[in-house]
Amino acid sequence: MAAIGLTAALVFAAAAWAEAPAVDGAIVDTAPLAGTALDTADTAAAHAPSLDYWSMVFVFLLATFVGLGVIRRVSRLLYTPLMSLTNAISAIAVVGAILVTGGEDHPLAIRMMGAVALFASMTNIVSGFLITNRMLGMFKTNRPGGGGQA
Amino acid sequence: MSYADAIHAVVQLSYVVATVLFVFSLHWMNDPKTAGRAVSAGVAAMALAVVATWIQPEVAHHLWIVVAIVAGFAVGVPLSRVPLTAVPQRTALSHAFGGLAAGLVGSAEYFMWLQRDPSHLSQFRMCAIVAEVILGFVTFTGSLMAAGKLQEIKWIPQRPVTYPLQNVGNIGLLALAAVLGLVLVLYPAEPWSAAAFALIIVMAISFGVLLIIPIGGADMPTVISILNAYAGLSAVAMGFVLDNKLLITAGALDGSSGLILSIIMCKAMNRSFANVLFGAFGQTQAVQGEAGQGVYKAETVEGAAQMLEMASLVVIIPGYGMAVAQAQHKVRELYDQLRQRGIAVKFAIHPVAGRMPGHMNVLLAEADIPYTDLLEMDEINSDMPQADVALVIGANDVVNPAARHDKSSPIFGMPIIDADKAKTVLAIKRSKSPGFAGIDNELYFDDKTWMLFGDAKNVVGELVKQLSGPSGMH
Repeated sequence: MAAIGLTAALVFAAAAWAEAPAVDGAIVDTAPLAGTALDTADTAAAHAPSLDYWSMVFVFLLATFVGLGVIRRVSRLLYTPLMSLTNAISAIAVVGAILVTGGEDHPLAIRMMGAVALFASMTNIVSGFLITNRMLGMFKTNRPGGGGQA
Repeated sequence: MSYADAIHAVVQLSYVVATVLFVFSLHWMNDPKTAGRAVSAGVAAMALAVVATWIQPEVAHHLWIVVAIVAGFAVGVPLSRVPLTAVPQRTALSHAFGGLAAGLVGSAEYFMWLQRDPSHLSQFRMCAIVAEVILGFVTFTGSLMAAGKLQEIKWIPQRPVTYPLQNVGNIGLLALAAVLGLVLVLYPAEPWSAAAFALIIVMAISFGVLLIIPIGGADMPTVISILNAYAGLSAVAMGFVLDNKLLITAGALDGSSGLILSIIMCKAMNRSFANVLFGAFGQTQAVQGEAGQGVYKAETVEGAAQMLEMASLVVIIPGYGMAVAQAQHKVRELYDQLRQRGIAVKFAIHPVAGRMPGHMNVLLAEADIPYTDLLEMDEINSDMPQADVALVIGANDVVNPAARHDKSSPIFGMPIIDADKAKTVLAIKRSKSPGFAGIDNELYFDDKTWMLFGDAKNVVGELVKQLSGPSGMH
């Protein structure tokens, strides 16, 4: 099952490889690492503000493994609430939506797209967490008078 | 340290804390006892992420953000109050919203950089943008279609719809979009690039619709899980575009959740991803449907109540029919009646029973049935021979013994609940027509099977009335 995650990571890794010459140290904290690896590469495309591709690929790969490990242990009783919880969590796209909507000199049309995206993400956050909470409250043990989790 | 540096540090620290909280949130879902904490951790993480993003100096306009957030609350709160039987379509709808958000942000970023400074559109970033936009818009329309099918909206056909060259056409369309995406990665800022980008969006939107058209209700648990993974992956792609590691981690967590659920659902049906997405399950069988091969033995409610009364172990096998009829509360009354007589009652839950993963568990939990009596297929199957009565409520394919031996059956090889190994079988069924997958169920023609025809809620209600009648039956 990790194969699919791995493939996706490799695709991005390949893309990062293609981009490697563009790394120019704009990202302060990891630049020394990336720099040593890529010193030999030619830095022709360095005028563009670069991204730290490799560390992003690493983060994605590791987060996927953490996710697989954690989710595998989720109680099978709770798959429906799990899905609504992850719905809410994947609405983390709200971060991108805020940046697009509130951008200082973004054109109007761009900000409108951002606002719609922000609305959609916010809807997911609110309804996702509320309904997860509602469903989890229904799972009770044998004890008379209910008494599920707090 | 300058003010901007300080803000940057605060933002990054908040993102790190939010990541940790997200991981703990999912970790606490491993037990219903700790699951309450999962939501608190998730809410805290999300609040932190929103505030940390909002305080950044580059966020200069606030009015629209406030309006969008208020609107999100206005729509989100009612959406969280839907009846539990509608949870599958709500889930699909929220995948659609997630896909839409990712697609829009990706498009906005592309057009903005194209207009302002195409040097931002590096090859890596273009790869990520194209991935984000394709995944986002496919998830958007695909999930809308799935939600429509689950809601049983009239103009969206419930049964799989197939036509010649369907798969070739669909895969061709996706391949074409991918090739066009690749061209854009190499030439992101030519005069025609914006038009090509728009064309990719149109293709992704169409592909989402076409992908779901041939998929039937029985496959919805898998499809919803796959769309869940897509929504997560589109957030990951957004993280690559914006160089934001919180988006990458949270998206990866969501993506792996969707992946694991899809794999579990596929295994529970003994099918591959490709088969679910391109197999048009149930299509061929639906045609011959009504023909039938044997004779049903119908039983009266009185007779069924007697059988239940004399049992010492009753295993209830719920399926989508219980959800449709909203019978879970009546089932709870039946559970209480039987337990009062000292009869052991267990529920056997097939992983793909219902229309989404865990569907049956949530409905039964809503009806106050303790989760300790909800057993998974592999936990209960070894006990099935000891069961005096297997009561099948609106389940069909998940108890069809043809899965074990009939190589021509579309469900051959699918693990099933061994209802046929119980001493007697009582099956409540809405009508004599075959189930959602359109397959005849030989369990219903078995010698020890008695059928109760009718709406699950009414039939179970009648059973309860019989059992609670004046001083019982005997």
